[in-house]
Amino acid sequence: MTRATKNFNRREVLIGTGAAIAVAGLALSSPAAFAGTKSFEESYKKITAGKTLLEGRIDLDVPEIAENGNSVPLSVSVESPMSEKDYVKTVYVLADGNPSAGVATFHFTPRSGEAYAATRMRLAKTQDIIAIAEMSDGSFYKIKKNVKVTIGGCGG
Amino acid sequence: MAIIKPRVKSPKKAEKGEVIEIKALISHPMESGNRKDKKGQPIPKNMIKHFKCEYNGVVVFEIDFLSSTSANPFLTFKTVATESGELVFTWTEDSGNVYSKTSKITVE
Repeated sequence: MTRATKNFNRREVLIGTGAAIAVAGLALSSPAAFAGTKSFEESYKKITAGKTLLEGRIDLDVPEIAENGNSVPLSVSVESPMSEKDYVKTVYVLADGNPSAGVATFHFTPRSGEAYAATRMRLAKTQDIIAIAEMSDGSFYKIKKNVKVTIGGCGG
Repeated sequence: MAIIKPRVKSPKKAEKGEVIEIKALISHPMESGNRKDKKGQPIPKNMIKHFKCEYNGVVVFEIDFLSSTSANPFLTFKTVATESGELVFTWTEDSGNVYSKTSKITVE
């Protein structure tokens, strides 16, 4: 009995631990591998699942033609009083033709004063840029603009 | 490796209640992990994933940078000048490295 237990401890436990590590490794590596590379459909669904997207209030400023996809200016602004009761919580910006659609997510607060932000993005090819604003009352507003890209900016 | 240097431009003085514009830039390669070097080896991912601005300890603006943000991400945003004090800007890298910059503002 003692011996059997000992054997079990030595061998079985070692094998068991090895398998557990392998499984844990797989579980850890797979989400990590996809974490930064969400397709457009995936990201879009995650943000908008089951919600009605209204038009208006949000404005997206991007160039019609971008000569260099490596650095394309972008600015978003949303009409809102930005008071404690009614303000813009989040603005998501997505690029539907990039290997990984997410550009940036802006988080505003009533202290932002104005829901305005600008940054620069990378674009792989000519595509649509979509900005979605989430208001504090739970409503969503959307805008879509097309950018023509002469030279792609994602390595290729 | 490029030197990572954060820079900020914000007004030194403002009137109470005024909406001020802040510009923040960090020189950073922002490798998305999708590109390959000349030998065909993938270049490891190295991104700034998060930026936040604190006004006297209160977070007034945050941004999550995702893969499609360009290198040397430049940022413009606004905030309300409420009181004199400090603005702290913090950039966080994927690896956990943190870069920060502080600027002072006088509100009259």
